[in-house]
Amino acid sequence: MSMRRTAGRAATLALVLGAGAALAETPNLGRPVSEADIAAWDISILPDGQGLPAGNGTAAQGKTVYAEQCAACHGDNGRGGILGSVVGAPPIDRIEATKTIANFWGYPTTVFDFIRRAMPATQPRTLSADQVYALVAYIFAENKLIGEADVMSAETLPKVKMPNRDNFIIRFPDRI
Amino acid sequence: MGSKRSRHGLENAPIVAGNGLIDRRALLGRGVLLAGAMGTGGALTGAAAEPLTDAPWSLEQGAVLPTYQVASRFEKPVARTLSNPKNEPRTSHARTPHHLLAGTITPNGLHFTICHQGGTPDIDPDKHRLVIHGMVKQPLVFTLDTLARYPMTTRITFLECGGNSAPMFSPVPLQESVQALHGLASCAEWTGVKLSVLLEEAGVDPAAKWLIAEGADVSGLSRSTPLKKAMDDAMVALYQNGERLMPGNGYPMRLLLPGYEGNMNVKYLRRIKLTDQPQMSYYETRTYSQLLPGGKAYRFYFLQEVKSFITQPSHGMALKEPGYYEISGIAYSGAGRIAKVTVSADGGTSWAEAALQTPVLPKAFTRFRMPWRWDGAPAVLQSRAWDESGAVQPTRAEFVALRGETKTPPNVLGFPNQHYNSITSWGVGPKGEVKHVYA
Repeated sequence: MSMRRTAGRAATLALVLGAGAALAETPNLGRPVSEADIAAWDISILPDGQGLPAGNGTAAQGKTVYAEQCAACHGDNGRGGILGSVVGAPPIDRIEATKTIANFWGYPTTVFDFIRRAMPATQPRTLSADQVYALVAYIFAENKLIGEADVMSAETLPKVKMPNRDNFIIRFPDRI
Repeated sequence: MGSKRSRHGLENAPIVAGNGLIDRRALLGRGVLLAGAMGTGGALTGAAAEPLTDAPWSLEQGAVLPTYQVASRFEKPVARTLSNPKNEPRTSHARTPHHLLAGTITPNGLHFTICHQGGTPDIDPDKHRLVIHGMVKQPLVFTLDTLARYPMTTRITFLECGGNSAPMFSPVPLQESVQALHGLASCAEWTGVKLSVLLEEAGVDPAAKWLIAEGADVSGLSRSTPLKKAMDDAMVALYQNGERLMPGNGYPMRLLLPGYEGNMNVKYLRRIKLTDQPQMSYYETRTYSQLLPGGKAYRFYFLQEVKSFITQPSHGMALKEPGYYEISGIAYSGAGRIAKVTVSADGGTSWAEAALQTPVLPKAFTRFRMPWRWDGAPAVLQSRAWDESGAVQPTRAEFVALRGETKTPPNVLGFPNQHYNSITSWGVGPKGEVKHVYA
């Protein structure tokens, strides 16, 4: 950057500040990109279903994926694993009660989002969309949240009603 | 200095609360007098003293200067405690040894760390990218080099895990140190780029209400934060106490949300997406939502509420003899500055105001000190803090009446519940031993 240009920018900045405008000059060093460039990183799934990929799966398909990818930590058939069961809804009768998908999680989309981004723990983001849909279908069916034959997809998954959805209190509403 | 005069001074030290608490102003003008009284002790003639000689280190060449220095080999106990030293596939915690520190800034090597999955990532800073996208006019990608050219903003602020102090949900006091009970909080000077500057460069859609922050770690850790907080005092932090972030604290960059739950301050920050709704991510709707008695649960707690605890003396220490001691500890609040800390030596029957180390900064550790003359009888030490918003640290009875306690004593490394901020009590026994008690 030349001295002249620097001086010019400084003068502009001074003018802007002097005028009390909110548009103070900032460096603008970010490289513009398109959403398409970001697609591989954009794995957020919102509770209304935004971000869910194409694909689908059933509990029967999920049972196989589960046995291969999940059972070692989460137990046979989703029960009793060393890192927690994914099936079961013990009562929430204590402040230290075990939080499970069926007794606590408020949104079905969270299950898809978390499996896809973080599971299997040692090899996250290696499952296909169909495999994740199948796993969600299997876990939901085992928890009796959907029927055995129900297909999970971007269309059907966000509509699953989680039993505990309405039991949350926003701690400080004025901070939102 | 004659012993008579010194003892006279100590006996006349203004006692302001039960069990020997001395007016905090003694730490200023009268401190010399008190110190003199202690220094003389019982032996006044010096007849029994050993003659002083030169030690070997005074007569030998010392060691070569290291390029990056570490503490003396005699300071090995000043270390973090690890919950998962073999890096098994579960969460790893490293806790700050508050009882062995005396300041308000946590040295970088001792800052607490939690990695929820997979330990600490090994990130090449030249290849790391931060993208801002979603409800913005123009998605942008930043490198560490470009961010380092921005005008820097600096603030001293604490970070605290939402689950810090969770062992105190136990119905009986767990006999554990201040490091085990409260070690998931630390304070540092953070330097980086104001997040609002970057968001404005991307052009915020007026309909955007939330941002979703995501890390480059193996779990892609993800949390939602109201845009209101992002535009207020949030930062993309690049430096920790003047050097680049420690790997366990988010190297090469992290989100910093002063006063908000540690987990929201996403480490290894690689993506910020603006949205009109929260993500309802695993960590916000499961892990960091707190069950209440009766089955409802809090969501979006965010705020680390006003808290204080005494670090010296504390559990596991022993007072060697009756006499003068300084009670010292830290206080902090996610809502702003600490306004006042009071200390009790009689289990809350009487209280006196502690001296606050200056400067007292908002959302930062504030060290408090209280001079104390222990007479050798059992005592119960407590501290209680107020912040500038008017919030006061609850007593344990007040706290558990609302939030409950566990049925049986939990594992000290477990997190039966979160956002615990009541008073901590240390009982001093007749032999000077200090234990964790409820009072």
